Amino acid sequence: MKVLNELKCSFPSLSVNEAYARTAVTAFAAQLDPTIEEIADIRTAVSEAVTNCIVHAYRGTTGQIELCVKLLADGWLYIRIKDRGCGIPDVPKAMEPLYTTAAAEERAGLGFAVMENFMDKLSVRSAAGRGTTVTMRKQLGVQRDA
Amino acid sequence: MVTLQSDARSQRLTAFLSGEIDHHSAKTIREEIDLAVSEQIPKELWLDFRDVSFMDSSGIGLVMGRVRLMELHGGQVSVCNPSAHISKVMRLSGIDRLARLQTAPQSVMAAAESNTGGESV
Repeated sequence: MKVLNELKCSFPSLSVNEAYARTAVTAFAAQLDPTIEEIADIRTAVSEAVTNCIVHAYRGTTGQIELCVKLLADGWLYIRIKDRGCGIPDVPKAMEPLYTTAAAEERAGLGFAVMENFMDKLSVRSAAGRGTTVTMRKQLGVQRDA
Repeated sequence: MVTLQSDARSQRLTAFLSGEIDHHSAKTIREEIDLAVSEQIPKELWLDFRDVSFMDSSGIGLVMGRVRLMELHGGQVSVCNPSAHISKVMRLSGIDRLARLQTAPQSVMAAAESNTGGESV
């Protein structure tokens, strides 16, 4: 699919960057003139994906998180969040709502459920010891045209 | 950010949350609320979301954790004034089955009256 515009950046897995990442994505998405609800959905999904990198992928250490956002045809927004952390041994299990490996830190186990519900498409590729790539897509402006 | 207000008569602690609740900010909020709860052992903890501009699932963890903490002393948690976005995240989690969701200030007042039997002087 043709890429109309693109943003790439990377930042260390510091929790203060959770706010930066979601703000960067919504600032980029502003060119699609999203609704307030669409912005909230995107912000939340990005926040979940980046938090996973910080809490799980780079647990006890600091690594780079790569963010790539693309504006595609027909109002599609593409977001890729990639880490080179520990990887997820069992992706389907990790995606089950309320499943968490960090209950002591009060993680609700809802990160992937939020991404899945708030975005149109979600894909998670992971290899143990090599990292995880989360790809999300959302078509903006659909509700208004309907 | 969190501002705490306690009402000794009704044994209620209200936490007015503000700003953005994510993994980064939740830790401080949690510590401040838990300190007040351990000092006061209130019967009710109200989490007021009216000034919260953003919340991800870290906010759900925050609510769930406080429900567990309050249950230790037989207390209850109420979630007050969540925005449409926050309600959406709350519904996804099913937290509305563990904590009472109160949407309008009026309903908060009504709940306060019913909790005291509506006959408080």
